[in-house]
Amino acid sequence: MTSSDKLTAGEIVRKVLLYVALIIMAFIMLVPFAWMISASLKFEKDVFSFPIVWIPENPQWSNYSEIWQKVPLLTGFFNSVKLTVCVTILQLATSSLAAYAFAKLEFKGRDTIFMLYIMTIAIPWQVYMVPQYKMMTLFGLTDSHLGIVLMHAFTATGVFLMRQFFMGIPTELLEAARIDGLSEYGIWAKLMLPLSKPVIATLCLTSFTFEWNDFMGPLIYLSTTEKKTLQVMLRMFNTQYSSNYALIMAAATVALIPVLILFVFLQRYFVEGVATSGLKG
Amino acid sequence: MGKANNTDGQVKSSTLRRRKTLVAYSFIMPNLIGFFIFTFVPIVFSLFLSFCEWDSGNPLKFVGLKNFITMFTKDKSFWISLTNTIYYTVVTTPLTLGLALFLAVLMNKPLKGRVFFRSVLFFPYVASLVAIAVVWMALFNPEKGPVNGILMALGIANPPRWAASTTWAMPTIIGLTVWKGMGYYMIVYLAALQGISRELYEAASLDGANGWQKFWNVTWPGILPTTFYILMMLLVATFKSYDTMYITTQGGPGEATKVLAYHIYNQAFKNAKFGYASAVAMVLLAIILVVTLIQFKYEKKFSND
Repeated sequence: MTSSDKLTAGEIVRKVLLYVALIIMAFIMLVPFAWMISASLKFEKDVFSFPIVWIPENPQWSNYSEIWQKVPLLTGFFNSVKLTVCVTILQLATSSLAAYAFAKLEFKGRDTIFMLYIMTIAIPWQVYMVPQYKMMTLFGLTDSHLGIVLMHAFTATGVFLMRQFFMGIPTELLEAARIDGLSEYGIWAKLMLPLSKPVIATLCLTSFTFEWNDFMGPLIYLSTTEKKTLQVMLRMFNTQYSSNYALIMAAATVALIPVLILFVFLQRYFVEGVATSGLKG
Repeated sequence: MGKANNTDGQVKSSTLRRRKTLVAYSFIMPNLIGFFIFTFVPIVFSLFLSFCEWDSGNPLKFVGLKNFITMFTKDKSFWISLTNTIYYTVVTTPLTLGLALFLAVLMNKPLKGRVFFRSVLFFPYVASLVAIAVVWMALFNPEKGPVNGILMALGIANPPRWAASTTWAMPTIIGLTVWKGMGYYMIVYLAALQGISRELYEAASLDGANGWQKFWNVTWPGILPTTFYILMMLLVATFKSYDTMYITTQGGPGEATKVLAYHIYNQAFKNAKFGYASAVAMVLLAIILVVTLIQFKYEKKFSND
C-alpha cells in the first residue's frame, strides 16, 4: 500500500515537472511571435517601452493598411504564390514519373542514372550556385520567374523520396493491372498516384515551404521590383524602414500568415512527412 | 507467359525490350533533362571553374591551382570564414541535437495537449527566416530590446551587445538557428522513439531498471542510428548555411559572422570573381563530401546490425 502510494506521489511530481518543462519550452517558442504581433499593433514610440506592454491600449490596426503602400508586398505575395504553385506542380509531376521508372521498370542504365541522382543529393546549392548563375545569365534566364521555376522544379530529393515510397507498393498489383491491359502511363496515373497520397502530401509541403521561404535564390536572381517574391520584399521593407519597427512587425506577421494557416490545417502531414523522410535517411 | 513471348522469336523480343526501354525513358526524361541542365551541369562546371579566372568583364582564363594557392596563402577572409563556419557548426550541432532529443523524450510520454506542444515546437522550422530574423534582432536589440531590458532589470549593468558585438554576434545567430531548427529534429527523434518496442521497456522494468538505466540501456541504443543520421544532417545543414548571417548581420560586425558560403557569395556576387568563388566552393564541397562518406560508411554498419 505505502509503496504504491509513494509511486503515485513520485509520478505526480514527475508529471508536474514534465508539464513545467514543456510549458517553458512552448513559452520560449511562442514569445517572439507574441512580441511580433503585439509590436505590430503599437505606435512606433511604444514598441520598445519597458516593461513590455503585451496588449496595446489603443491597437494601431492602421499599421496593417500602411505596409502595403510602402513596398509592393501584394505583388510579392502573388509572385511567391505563382512560383510556389508552379514549382510544386512540376516537381510532383516530373518526380513521380521518374520515380515510377526507377522503382518499377527495368531498363538499361537505370542504376547508373539513379546513382547519379543519389550522388548529387549530397551536394548543396551553395557549391554550384555561382556557375549556375553564370549559366542562367548565358541562357538569359536571370531576373525571370521561369528561370527560378526551372532551377527548383527538377530535384533529386523529390525523385528519391517518391521512389522510396513506390518501392513499397507490391509489384503483383502492377502485374495484375498490366494483364488487365493498362499501359505503364495508365498504371502510373490510376494505380501509383492514388496509392501514394501520403508521399504526395509530404512532397507538396516540403516543396511549398522551401519555395515560399526561399530567400537567397530570388535575392540573387530577381532584380526588377515587380518580380520579387514576398521574402525579398519583406527584406526590402526591413532595410528601407529599418527604424520603423511597428511596420516591420506588421509586415513580418503578414508574411507568416499563409504558412501558419497551412500549418494549422495540415500539421499532421507536416509532422508525418518529417518523420518518414527523416527516418528513411 | 514470358516464356511464350520468347519463343516467338528474337526479333520480336528485342523490339519489345526496346519499346520497354523507350517507355521507361519517357518516364524519366522530363525530370532528367531539367535536372541535368540546371543542377548536374553547374556542379561539373563548378569543378572546372575553380581552376579558372573569370572576373566580371574579362574572358574566362585557365589558371591552374592559382585560386587555391591564393586562397590558402593570401586570403585572410577565407581563413576567418572557415574558422567561423567551424565555430557555428560545432556549437549549433550538439545544442540542436541535445535539445531535440530532450524534447522528444518529454513528448514521448503520455501527455495532454501533445498536438499543441508538438505544433508550437515545430512551427518555427516552417516559418520564414526573414520574418523570424527581424523579430529576433529586435528582441536582442542592444540599446532598446526587451532581452537586455530584462537583463538590466535583473541587475546586469552591461548586458551583451548581441549582434552588434564581435564576441556575441555568433552566439546570437546560433541561438536563432537552434531555436528555429530543434523542433524539426525533435519530430525525427519522436518517430524513432515510437519505433522502440514497448516490450523492451517492460523487460527492463522487470529487471528493476530506473529511468536513467532504461534510457541508457533501451532508448539510447534504439535511437543511435537516428542520432547518427541527425548528426550528419545537422553538420551539412550548418556548414552550408549563410542566409541567417546575410539577413541578420551581413557577416559582421567586422567579419565576426562571416561563414564559408557567405565568402563564396561575396566573391561571386559582390566582387564578380566567379572563378575564385568556385574555388572556395570546392573547399565547402570537400568538407561536405567527407561528412557524406562517413555517413555512407556507418549507415551500412547500422543497417547491418
